[in-house]
Amino acid sequence: MSAASAPLVELRELSKSYGGVHALADVSFAIERASVHALVGENGAGKSTLVKILTGVVHPDAGEVLVEGAAQRIADPQAAHRLGIVAMYQEPTVFPDLTVAENVFAGRHPRTRVGAVDWRRMRSSVARLLDELGVDFGPDTPVRGLGVADRQLLEIAKALSTDARLLIMDEPTAALSPHEVERLFATVRQLRGRGVAIVFISHRLNEVTAIADSVTVLRDGRHVATQPATQLTEAEIVRLMVGRSLDALFPKEEAEIGEVVLRAEGLTRRGVFSDVSFELRRGEIVGLAGFVGAGRSEVARAIFGIDRLDAGRVWIRGRRFRPRSPRAALRRGLAYLPEDRLQQGLVQTMPIATNLSMAVLPELTPGGVLRPRREQALARRFMEELRIKATSPAQPVRSLSGGNQQKVVLSKWLAAEPSILVLDEPTHGVDVGTKADVHRTISRLAAAGLSILLVSSELLEVLGMSDRVLVMREGRLVAELPRAEASEERIVQAAAGVEGAAA
Amino acid sequence: MLRRGEAVSTLTVVARLRDAGIFVALAATVLLFSVQATNFATVDNWQDIATDVAMVVTVAVGETMVVLTRNIDLSVGSVVGLTAYISSNTLAHHHGVPIPAIALLAVAVGAACGVGNGLLVTVGRIPAIIATLATLSIYRGVLFEVTHGENVLASQLPQGFLDLAAKTPAGLPSLAWMALGVAIVGAVLLRWAPWARDLYVIGSNPDAARLAGVRVGTRVMTAFAVSGALAGLGGFMFAARFASVDAVAGRGFEFDVVTAVVIGGVNVFGGSGSVLGATLGALLVATINNGFTLLRISEFWKIFFEGTAIVVAVTVDALFKQRLQQALRRRRRAEMIAAHRSATT
Repeated sequence: MSAASAPLVELRELSKSYGGVHALADVSFAIERASVHALVGENGAGKSTLVKILTGVVHPDAGEVLVEGAAQRIADPQAAHRLGIVAMYQEPTVFPDLTVAENVFAGRHPRTRVGAVDWRRMRSSVARLLDELGVDFGPDTPVRGLGVADRQLLEIAKALSTDARLLIMDEPTAALSPHEVERLFATVRQLRGRGVAIVFISHRLNEVTAIADSVTVLRDGRHVATQPATQLTEAEIVRLMVGRSLDALFPKEEAEIGEVVLRAEGLTRRGVFSDVSFELRRGEIVGLAGFVGAGRSEVARAIFGIDRLDAGRVWIRGRRFRPRSPRAALRRGLAYLPEDRLQQGLVQTMPIATNLSMAVLPELTPGGVLRPRREQALARRFMEELRIKATSPAQPVRSLSGGNQQKVVLSKWLAAEPSILVLDEPTHGVDVGTKADVHRTISRLAAAGLSILLVSSELLEVLGMSDRVLVMREGRLVAELPRAEASEERIVQAAAGVEGAAA
Repeated sequence: MLRRGEAVSTLTVVARLRDAGIFVALAATVLLFSVQATNFATVDNWQDIATDVAMVVTVAVGETMVVLTRNIDLSVGSVVGLTAYISSNTLAHHHGVPIPAIALLAVAVGAACGVGNGLLVTVGRIPAIIATLATLSIYRGVLFEVTHGENVLASQLPQGFLDLAAKTPAGLPSLAWMALGVAIVGAVLLRWAPWARDLYVIGSNPDAARLAGVRVGTRVMTAFAVSGALAGLGGFMFAARFASVDAVAGRGFEFDVVTAVVIGGVNVFGGSGSVLGATLGALLVATINNGFTLLRISEFWKIFFEGTAIVVAVTVDALFKQRLQQALRRRRRAEMIAAHRSATT
């Protein structure tokens, strides 16, 4: 086969196992030039392993990678760089102490003739890159001041700056608002026009069908299908991924809605949100929708006592509650799952059981001594209920896939048996199957009498799960829609401040 | 709508404010001592301070590089002692050796010690604070072994070497000129040398640095080697200044160096800091040392005061960083809301 007709990258019978567990088994497919190739599959399906092989972070046990028809040994990330293979990682890997420009060129500063760092060239080429991307921060902006969405855009700029031939985007849209996603897609198409191949990994299947030319589905480390995107619908992709249909995704159980449990009035935090009032009832799921930056998480954090409120009052079951500290909130039965819960909610090196028992240690330690058997039993109960894929409660959290880690954090808070649960993007970055598990759990909790405030950027999730939807825009509550009246259009209209929105 | 240029000023303004803060503290200390201690504000005393500070600055430049990578080098006190002894002992037995060759010898021995630290940290994967705590003892032990408990006395040394520290070309002691040179070279490297910029990259996010293809091990190794080499130069300066060197020479010097670096605003968690800051920090420490001695205030108050200064500096840094992040984020959010508004209307 001549180099010209060979695909840009071809994978042949790649296999990789970790300690006897197959992460990848016999996977073969090809990635063409100037195309967007979506890679989908549940967490643990083998996507990350595949990316790591392509970027030289891990080495396959068997099989080979061909670049333009020639077999290549990708020994390390630098070798991948030389082949033009660049990955944008799921968690932005930025350098907070440095400027945007130096972040882009970290480790490969442009040099002047005498070998010094060429700051001027660095700034101007980053400025050009940022203009192309249409972002509104400059090369001299300190990265410490950028939020998650901006950092993601920075990652894209970083990848673009390397003249990549194959750009791997692992969940690039997870933290982006719809507007930003559109901008990213425009950039992706522009890159494709220049002949770059893009491997696009996303759990948002509507994005996959919108941007991809071809789709490869992995399941349990095996290759299920590679097909042109035009031949696949979202529902078909889901079926290939899990063998379940879309209807199973939002299994909302009927819950009896009772008395008001949480009441917030006039909540204000200067410059962030103002005059936010709402009620939450027993057994009710209230969705809090809006674009990234509308102030949803900030409201949740303030109620939980992480950020200070400048004004406003909160009642829990009719009694005044002053949000001062997370501890105080927990004592009143209020639990909050933060957005970057893998960072804030887990001790990665410790076993599942230890992580799970953290919030309920007093109950497991009668007389001040830990009863390991109770701890194990607790862990097993939640592993079963939430279908956490692990060999035993003693397995360290670090060795679990992202989705399963997510479930461990959720279990940890549930173990404390709160009566009010604030979930901040509970399925952010989670695969379809895990999502359904999480949704099922949320729904069951509500049916059992818990009150749930669901902060989510995913409209389908908000619509599918909520009894009532609150919409925020620019720090204000702009709409309240009962389940029957809530629709994708109405939420987006309200969130964007477009005419026709319920005010 | 673009706010380029404004942001850069924020970052540098904050850094300058930080340096200005130490500067004010330094000025206040100088003023206080000038009023309180009659013999403080004299040319002789200031030359004394300059010579003291020269050693701290020289070693602190290397320490800064190590701390930038999220590591620390505690062994510098012993390296100073070891190289000071080697310098003066060699001269005591071989009067004819040219003095620059002695300096080179000290630097080479120091660099070797630094490489030892670097190997323990990069290859041995021992946390730097433990590895260099160990070598602080090891290098001191080596010094005890080579001295056999004997001192080198000033009378054994050639006159040319004894004169070195006393010379004051253009009013500044020669050792201070050396330190100034080291500081300038260090500052230039940290701004313009690609390998030195990598030190900031590594300290800011070690994992991401690795993913970005930065040779983390090599760079950390280099930082330790430079720190060792400059501690070696510090040892040479120590020998020139005190002439008489024994097995406890430079003991506790690592405390002065780390204090200077920390007070100077070099972040102990890596990623930010400058030679200018470390130099100002060293000046402050040396001035306090000098003034307290002149005022005959007890050693207790001196070290108590230095310890307090560290706490204040680190607290101020943490608050600064937090406020900066909040301010920047708030501004970004306001910008985004404004952009959103103009896009929707």
